[in-house]
Amino acid sequence: MTSLPTCKDFLQELSEFLDETLDAATRKELEQHVNDCPNCWVVMDTTRQTINVYKGMEPQEIPQDMHSKLMDALKKKIAAKKCGGHHPEAPAPDNS
Amino acid sequence: MADSAQFDESALVARAKAGDDLAFTELISHYERRIFRLAKHITQSDEDAEDVLQESFMKAYSNLEGFQGNSKFYTWLVRISVNEALMKLRKRKTDRSVSLDEELDTGEDTVVREIAVWEETPEQKYSQEEMRGILDQAIGSLEPIYRVVFQLRDVEELTTEETADALGITIPAVKSRLLRARLQLREKLTRFFQKKGDDVFAYL
Repeated sequence: MTSLPTCKDFLQELSEFLDETLDAATRKELEQHVNDCPNCWVVMDTTRQTINVYKGMEPQEIPQDMHSKLMDALKKKIAAKKCGGHHPEAPAPDNS
Repeated sequence: MADSAQFDESALVARAKAGDDLAFTELISHYERRIFRLAKHITQSDEDAEDVLQESFMKAYSNLEGFQGNSKFYTWLVRISVNEALMKLRKRKTDRSVSLDEELDTGEDTVVREIAVWEETPEQKYSQEEMRGILDQAIGSLEPIYRVVFQLRDVEELTTEETADALGITIPAVKSRLLRARLQLREKLTRFFQKKGDDVFAYL
């Protein structure tokens, strides 16, 4: 950045700042901004927490009957494959 | 349920490709919860999410031979599931089509209304069920183009490139939608997690 970053600049780069995908020079400028700007610091910190809280949430177990239905569907699929999947094309008869 | 410490995705995929159906059932058991959550977050419907769950695994099973192993099996499965979920969403929304190609107004300022610090450990203030409810409701209130990108990048932890590839959108589109999604969720969650009696001006 040619001039010092503004709050708007910081917000535009916030995702990349949090993902640590910025080049070193831009990162340093934004770090300086966020350390001096309480509003941007709060937005940065609460956005980081937003991401973390979603990442930390384990998915729930699915209901047993949903799992059973899934396994039944797979069994049907396997059975269909085994019944219908063994018809390799017959080689063309060589009558010439 | 496979123990994640012993879970070896590539070995299971190799066995499943060689015709070991038990290996495929282990893959299902390991990933079904995450695929269901993904489908639920995108479709916002238990019924549709269950259909997506089943259709995705059946498609993966049928097309396993075509899986090249250039990406992780899970990334490939997520891509199948996202497509199934988006199809459901489009079918349901007959009045207004859900397009991921929708042009984003990137010139518009990113909105930040709520500026308040959070409790240090918001997860201790709510039970796990309440927490899940808050997070699910917040993500469900986003427009589909934002929630799908957030789901893939920050919940499923796909890379920017994998997300772009899965959704058929550009990398800049993934980045700008992710920023919007993160900021919108931040706003919504601040209402629940903000430290009471505190505001940013206390730091000035």
